[in-house]
Amino acid sequence: MTPLVERLAEAKRSGDIQGLFDIVPYSRFLGLSGRVDGDEIITTMKFAPHLIGNPALPALHGGTLGALLESSAIFELLWRAETIVLPKTITLTVDYLRSGAPVDTHARSIVTRHGRRVANVRVEAWQTDRATPVATAHAIFLVMRES
Amino acid sequence: MAEGDKALRASRGFVDAIPHNAALGFQVLEFKKAEVVFLLPYDAKLVGNPDTGVLHGGAITALLDACSGAAVFSALPALMPIATLDLRIDYNRGGDPGRDIKCRATCYKVTRNVAFTRAVAYHDDEADPIATSAGTFMLGTKQGGGR
Repeated sequence: MTPLVERLAEAKRSGDIQGLFDIVPYSRFLGLSGRVDGDEIITTMKFAPHLIGNPALPALHGGTLGALLESSAIFELLWRAETIVLPKTITLTVDYLRSGAPVDTHARSIVTRHGRRVANVRVEAWQTDRATPVATAHAIFLVMRES
Repeated sequence: MAEGDKALRASRGFVDAIPHNAALGFQVLEFKKAEVVFLLPYDAKLVGNPDTGVLHGGAITALLDACSGAAVFSALPALMPIATLDLRIDYNRGGDPGRDIKCRATCYKVTRNVAFTRAVAYHDDEADPIATSAGTFMLGTKQGGGR
């Protein structure tokens, strides 16, 4: 096992979901945090001025929403998996539904299929009202152990 | 000053005026009609896997999204608000640790309401892509994000 995988496994063993997030530098750059709510993992991107893509509206940068959705899917796979394998994104398709207001954004993922080599995940992101998502995505990951 | 230089200079607003583009350190290398090249300098804060130093897919997503949007602006006869409808990204391989990533985006079709883009992220050789994307953008969106 690589050190990263060991640290992820340790965070999982101790139930420290935020520990998973803090290991990844880019997650810290985006200001991501995670919490378990019932049987869901909610990933939150805390609003900060450097996430803005359209200062006139203002609105979040589309790239930040894409990254939040992708990160949510990866953490879902890491948290649910029995043995830790770093998922590698094969494709990510993002539907941008409305502009992202300058407030916190939340995301949750559903693993629609987890095969031996590939996992399919659907993700949605929302802000104040969960019923009106700002963006959704579906992503496909390679989940094979490195041999 | 040549027209091309003027366009390139004006295009720096895509970075300077957009906080998230500035936070990622994007540089505009080329800005032609319907074709734009951005550079994402390698930065440790954007790493996804601290063991390998490979950049997070989210940073590549933001690069493809921003560069594709700029290609749409460069293809339009007049400045108007646009909004990403969808972006599909194929991750072809991990980026090399420590190396900058370029992105060439082309807006290959503009209709009355929608513009279509393709983009490729690479180190030096576009034939060895790190990621490729296809995007659609809604044209003439209202301030406030309406469609």
